[in-house]
Amino acid sequence: MITIQNLSKSYKQKKGQIKVIDDINLEVAKGEVFGIIGKSGAGKSTLIKCLNLLERPDSGKIIVDGVDLTAISVNELRIQRQQIGVIFQHFNLLSSKTIFANVALPLTLQGKHNKAEIKTAVDEMLSLVGLSQFANKYPASLSGGQKQRVGIARALITKPKLLLSDEATSALDPQTTNDILELLLEINQRLGITVVLITHELEVVRKICDKVAVIDKGKIIEQGNAFDILLHPKEPLTRKLIIEEESDKYLEKVKHFYQFEKHPNKHILLLSFVGEATYQPILNIISNETNANFSILRGELDRIKHMPFGQLLIEFDGDEGSLEKACSIMRSMKVHFEIVH
Amino acid sequence: MSFAIINDLTTNVDWSEINQATLDTLFMLGFAVLFSTLIGIPVGLILFLSSKGRLLQNKWVYNILSFIINVLRSVPFIILLIVMIPTTTMLVGTSLGAKGTIPPLVVGAFPFFARLVENALKEIDDGIFHMAESCGASTWQIVWHILLPEIMPSLIASITVTAIALVSYTAMAGTVGGGGLGDLAIRYGYQRFQTDVMLITVVLMVVMVQLIQVVGDFLVRILRK
Repeated sequence: MITIQNLSKSYKQKKGQIKVIDDINLEVAKGEVFGIIGKSGAGKSTLIKCLNLLERPDSGKIIVDGVDLTAISVNELRIQRQQIGVIFQHFNLLSSKTIFANVALPLTLQGKHNKAEIKTAVDEMLSLVGLSQFANKYPASLSGGQKQRVGIARALITKPKLLLSDEATSALDPQTTNDILELLLEINQRLGITVVLITHELEVVRKICDKVAVIDKGKIIEQGNAFDILLHPKEPLTRKLIIEEESDKYLEKVKHFYQFEKHPNKHILLLSFVGEATYQPILNIISNETNANFSILRGELDRIKHMPFGQLLIEFDGDEGSLEKACSIMRSMKVHFEIVH
Repeated sequence: MSFAIINDLTTNVDWSEINQATLDTLFMLGFAVLFSTLIGIPVGLILFLSSKGRLLQNKWVYNILSFIINVLRSVPFIILLIVMIPTTTMLVGTSLGAKGTIPPLVVGAFPFFARLVENALKEIDDGIFHMAESCGASTWQIVWHILLPEIMPSLIASITVTAIALVSYTAMAGTVGGGGLGDLAIRYGYQRFQTDVMLITVVLMVVMVQLIQVVGDFLVRILRK
């Protein structure tokens, strides 16, 4: 669906140039939800603006559905842009127009004038986002979440193949964020539309992304399945971004508290369960098979997209033999683990 | 009884002349506002679109246009009236009366109005432009479907401000034979010391300004949703 090749972009500054996008390569498959996560200033905003050429890259190719956007004329680009829906952090609705007219705007801009056709299309979109009764209201009377729903309806009215989301939930409260993410997921599944989103919120990636790329200082430092990246990040920077700092600090405290040098038999393990394994009594099995004792220091159960996962930080009290046995049990049950100490 | 008092206080006043002068002022005002708006909106749009970082960014167009506007705005209106006499005669056939006042009024007011339009456009959030471009809109479509509707309330407010400025400009035109209430005030009130005529023209202009403001505010309130 999208292929990005060797994309680079720099801005002129007083002291020379600053590279915002540094040789990025990405591949997004049709129908998937692809998340690009990074801190502010990492270059993610520029990257998504490059995807419909609102920002023109210095070099590299952006191929959307077989068309290299960097190689076509301004008029052709306008037609390609009509195939790409965009939703924005600050909604960007026109305050002078009704919700109906806001949603109809892309059709008007395409030169469609058949009122009946426009009405059918807008009504369909408004009911999809659950705002049918607001058609004649103005944006000023809507809440943030409702405004974003209008933004989504407007982005989808042209039946695009691709939806770009530029921090679409960053201005919303957690509950509304949740609702909007569910709506996006529903749209992705019902319409089969490919979604590329940028965000700094881990929650967004967890809830709806199939694939994730982590961007830092204009480079993609790690990319892959949302699952692998979220549960087993490899790059230190990704780890920092993904495993909450709290949890690292917590680990430090635990290490300090236990004074492990005095307890050679004590270890700390970080266990990650995914899918079926989440519901297995793994600790129970290990303690039956070995003579080790456990205490749970910290635990978490959640979902990544629809897949349940769990993470446990446990203190393992047992000799080398039982530790080895525990490891082999965990391996056979496909539980990912890390011996933290 | 009360009529008698009013008649005593306004011995010098010829009401038919006052009527004619009021109509002349409204005539000048109406056409001056109309043409200032018709010229000022496109000029304001070009100023905005050619400025730095905008859709039709062009340093030369912006700087030259901006310079001309500044020059026109810095000429005192009374001087503009005189300087423009040949041009006015060429355009409308006379430099006298209500008709002969309209060209200098427009030249005096449209640069001011164009700046107001430019400022209104600057207030539009950058995100709106990103959205419009993302939808594949052309520059002309952005102007017609997005910019003009979005600035409509500010546009009405700007027309109100410009119309009020024009009321006093029309009065000034009276000094060079421009016709209207200002003309009356100068010929009778000033040159013949008829204070009553002076007062009535002033009251009429105050009423005019009030009405323009009230109507303008009302329209802005309707448009601002």
